[in-house]
Amino acid sequence: METRHKILILDDDTDWLSLCREQLGALPSRPEILTANNAKRALALLETEEIRLLISDLKMPRIDGLQMIAIVRRRFPATRTVVLSGLEDEEYRSRAYALGVDLFWLKAEMQRNSKLFSECIESLLGQADRESDTGFRGVQSKSLMDIIQMESLSRTSTVLRVTHGPLVAKLWMQDGELTDAECEGARGEAAFQRLLAWRTGTFENLPAEPGRERTIHKPVNALLLESAQSMDESANPSTAPESVESNLHRKTMWKLAQLTREGAEFVVAVPLAGGEPEALGTQSVAAFGEWTQRAAAIARRLGERLEAGPLSHIAGQSLERNIVLLVRGERAFLVGWPAEDPESLPEKSRKLVASWES
Amino acid sequence: MGILRKIFGGPAAVQQLPTGTVTVDRQGHVVTSTVTSAVSLSLLQAVGREVLELFREARAAQMPLAEISLHFGSLRITARELRGGAIIFLFPETAMSRTPTPARP
Repeated sequence: METRHKILILDDDTDWLSLCREQLGALPSRPEILTANNAKRALALLETEEIRLLISDLKMPRIDGLQMIAIVRRRFPATRTVVLSGLEDEEYRSRAYALGVDLFWLKAEMQRNSKLFSECIESLLGQADRESDTGFRGVQSKSLMDIIQMESLSRTSTVLRVTHGPLVAKLWMQDGELTDAECEGARGEAAFQRLLAWRTGTFENLPAEPGRERTIHKPVNALLLESAQSMDESANPSTAPESVESNLHRKTMWKLAQLTREGAEFVVAVPLAGGEPEALGTQSVAAFGEWTQRAAAIARRLGERLEAGPLSHIAGQSLERNIVLLVRGERAFLVGWPAEDPESLPEKSRKLVASWES
Repeated sequence: MGILRKIFGGPAAVQQLPTGTVTVDRQGHVVTSTVTSAVSLSLLQAVGREVLELFREARAAQMPLAEISLHFGSLRITARELRGGAIIFLFPETAMSRTPTPARP
């Protein structure tokens, strides 16, 4: 007799639990859905029931989702874990993946792409079946090149979703062949080359999309070789003036493209210790650069005096434009935006700055 | 016990983050405040002066701002310019509980 998998959903919002119960109960494998509105009840169910998959919220009273995931990964290593959260900060995604969760979904994204979410869950349940007797899983620490080569050698059909801070890229693979890539607004080979420049990040496997239009026709190994050569050249740039100029021009064009794509008006990057600002999209480089340095210093002083923790960002609004100031390492970035919905701008600025720095 | 207290001091005091609204005039003097009196006036004045400097420097850079929000790990300071002075909102904030932006007048 075919056994029904058990899925446990943990969320303090009972309406949300009902919604998830309804959606996941309709999966083709007809899993049994259990729900808990607090971590204590969830742990009790995990002790008594054979739960294949735990879907947990992050923001909950007493024991939050990350603590819960840490406990489950330690005490119930065979249970697959999925985070389903309303927290859009990418930091939570990274922290959840660092704890070894199998998937991280935003609630809003889940509602928009409910079909894809159901497929992911079904696929995880299926994997649990296949790996019930043998196999390893855990946090991987491999370079992106290694991961792509492994997927290619095993002739996998999948969509590899790669996250680097606030940036997200996707690689489409069909029977081990790379068919398409999307990264920072670019598509195809250009996106793939851009993606390989990322040094760190997390990845997850999404269900394959065999109907996806093919934009990459070169073999994976040829593309990886080209990327390796290109990275070697960047690491050891030629000192010939034409080559230096060409590199600078290419970088400037890339940054301009990013600025235009995101819809920002300007970016000013200033070394905090003093030095020449770097800017695109504005003539007021010196004045904006100076304000950025002063504002970062004021924020540092205020933060220390109030013991308010590290600065996340500074947001400013006027009738004409919005600005966001971010401090990244030794540099402060001032990003100017048209006067629009200010709520989304910190996240958009983080993406732009991450792309600018990568 | 006495010796231990002398060596290690008493229990660590937890500093409460300021919450409330402060208005400062153009010189940075506190005009009104709803922040608890446990928070010193000099601290509120220091916040007011720094915020006014941010607005002043922005004007000098040809980038006049009507509102500035400083988002720290555990506190958000939102300030609106008010005829040369400013009204400053102090919101303690944790990563798990974001506070809403005050409605515009």
